[in-house]
Amino acid sequence: MANEVWVVLQHREGQISRISWETVGAAQKLAATLGSKAEAVLLGSGVGLAAAEVAKSDLAAVHVADHDALRAYTPGAYIGALASTIQSAAPAFVVFPHTYQTVDYMARLAQAVGAGLLPQVTAFQGEGGDLLWTRPVMSGKLQAKVRVKGEGTVLVSVQSGAFPADGVVRGEAPVKPLEVDLAAVKPDREILGYEEVGGDTVDLTKAEIIVAVGRGVGGADKMAPVEALAKALGAEIGASRPVIDNGWLPRDRQIGSSGQTVAPKLYVAAGISGAIQHLVGMKGSSVIVAINKDPGAPIFTVADYGIVGDLHEVLPALTEAVRAAKG
Amino acid sequence: MKIAVCIKQVPNTEARLRVRRDGRWLEEEDLPFIINESDEYALEEGLRIAEKTGGEVVVFSLGPDRVREALRKALAVGAARAVHLADPAFAGGDALATGRALAAALKRDSFDLVLTGSQSDDVGYGGTGSVVAGHLGWPHVWLVMGVELEEGNRAAKVTREMESGVNEVSRVQLPAVLEIQAGLNHPRYASLKGIMAAKKKEIATATPADLGLDAAQVGEAGSRLEIVSVAFPASGKGAQILQGDAKAAATALVEKLQKEARVL
Ligand SMILES: Cc1cc2nc3c(=O)[nH]c(=O)nc-3n(C[C@H](O)[C@H](O)[C@H](O)COP(=O)(O)OP(=O)(O)OC[C@H]3O[C@@H](n4cnc5c(N)ncnc54)[C@H](O)[C@@H]3O)c2cc1C
Repeated sequence: MANEVWVVLQHREGQISRISWETVGAAQKLAATLGSKAEAVLLGSGVGLAAAEVAKSDLAAVHVADHDALRAYTPGAYIGALASTIQSAAPAFVVFPHTYQTVDYMARLAQAVGAGLLPQVTAFQGEGGDLLWTRPVMSGKLQAKVRVKGEGTVLVSVQSGAFPADGVVRGEAPVKPLEVDLAAVKPDREILGYEEVGGDTVDLTKAEIIVAVGRGVGGADKMAPVEALAKALGAEIGASRPVIDNGWLPRDRQIGSSGQTVAPKLYVAAGISGAIQHLVGMKGSSVIVAINKDPGAPIFTVADYGIVGDLHEVLPALTEAVRAAKG
Repeated sequence: MKIAVCIKQVPNTEARLRVRRDGRWLEEEDLPFIINESDEYALEEGLRIAEKTGGEVVVFSLGPDRVREALRKALAVGAARAVHLADPAFAGGDALATGRALAAALKRDSFDLVLTGSQSDDVGYGGTGSVVAGHLGWPHVWLVMGVELEEGNRAAKVTREMESGVNEVSRVQLPAVLEIQAGLNHPRYASLKGIMAAKKKEIATATPADLGLDAAQVGEAGSRLEIVSVAFPASGKGAQILQGDAKAAATALVEKLQKEARVL
């Protein structure tokens, strides 16, 4: 139907993730804008308790596809479970949490059912059929306003942190089984297992102070001022992804959506632009200091204090000042 | 193995960005372009697999004339030839429209493996490779951090990044589309010899008609998304910027951290 909104929840062994609750809130808001009530979809095996939990929300229904083939996520089974339902019910929007799992299958699902694809939105505004969506472009340096054109269902994914997790409107929803025929689904991916990334893992989540360094440092041989400041502050060193990808620091120092999520009392980001995948890993820090030569770097939008300048001049000066202050 | 690698040319994020007069995208004049970061890793992975298995890499790119520079660079590091989806009708496509066009171009040849980057650093839809896989009817994996060929190159053990430091390890049957994440290898630089050799390599071009597609199925016309405007984000609560030279700013910052924020 032209105003139906579905929300597909992600869970881990029946635990609904935080971003899924944020997405439920977003879907409720979207449905209200379209004059309808959102419906949730839960895929898995033995997810009855999770469904009951979701059913305490103001939703038209919680549709549960409980099937052995959905125990471990694979794109083939998930697309198999969702495609025919989306095609027959033709909701206006199907809203997903923007996670690596969602991105892994959402585009292919859109292609399979002939739906539109709108990834990683952070907001929407407007009324009825005329909505303007906001999403980051250029690694978060710019925000784009996007409109959907044409007819038919649109698959949308919602950036984590964009909508409040406690924004879900409470209520009571009926739980309904979603009949899925997965007999015809060819497994496209044989899951062999899951493995932890870093070996001798540094636990950055316990650090009170973190000095994090980005691509702007310029190379593995230019790390000395970072180390000196970390030493003066008694801090751990963290990094953005390119620093790790380039081999300047080991992977267990990575902060962000693929790395560790930290919330120290002081986070110093030097030569880090502030892409959303980095911000999700550190924006809970109590005090954020950004040092960047580009005054327009998005990191300054989440920072409390900033210094615009070359980190190779600023960090040594900062180390001096910290030493002087500490006596 | 015969491997296709799809690359995109994107603005260098280090560059000074300006919004175009109509507000809908960046001003591209004087804007430096580079090969998208994760695509560089895809290209390197393709070259390594081709070397190991005695095959070749064919690079594909969709975009205006400037993307020939990106293709030329890919040829210089070792790709055998290139295909340029070159037509104004291809411009402004979302992941569905671009994926449709690339799949049609890939179908004209027969590949054992297609590699793409995981996400572009400009519009960042992160779905083009998956859409290509859908059109080809092949398995796909997004955010690939490791590829090991198995079963006489008929299958691959693929490591996929998941959130918070866990990887999924799976086996997919080939041919497949693997969407490579930055960081799984170390992309090589072009040698002088490679650069010279690239000058003689072929860059074929293809239009929608060549691919059996209608102009209305690709680019902006074939897309469900339309970018209405782009703007720099308003600085949230806004950082207090400490002024002066490095020394003055650093001293002022430490004082703030001690007395105002009380974290030192
Ligand atoms: C699926 C996915 C997962 C990802 N996961 C993560 C993740 O977990 N963590 C993560 O960090 N990123 C992650 N990324 C990458 C992310 O999108 C960004 O590309 C990355 O965070 C950018 O790192 P950066 O800020 O160091 O580099 P850039 O964006 O290149 O920024 C470098 C900054 O340094 C500044 N600079 C340069 N020289 C100097 C100097 N001399 N002095 C001061 N400043 C200088 C520049 O002005 C610029 O702002 C992920 C991306 C994807 C697609």
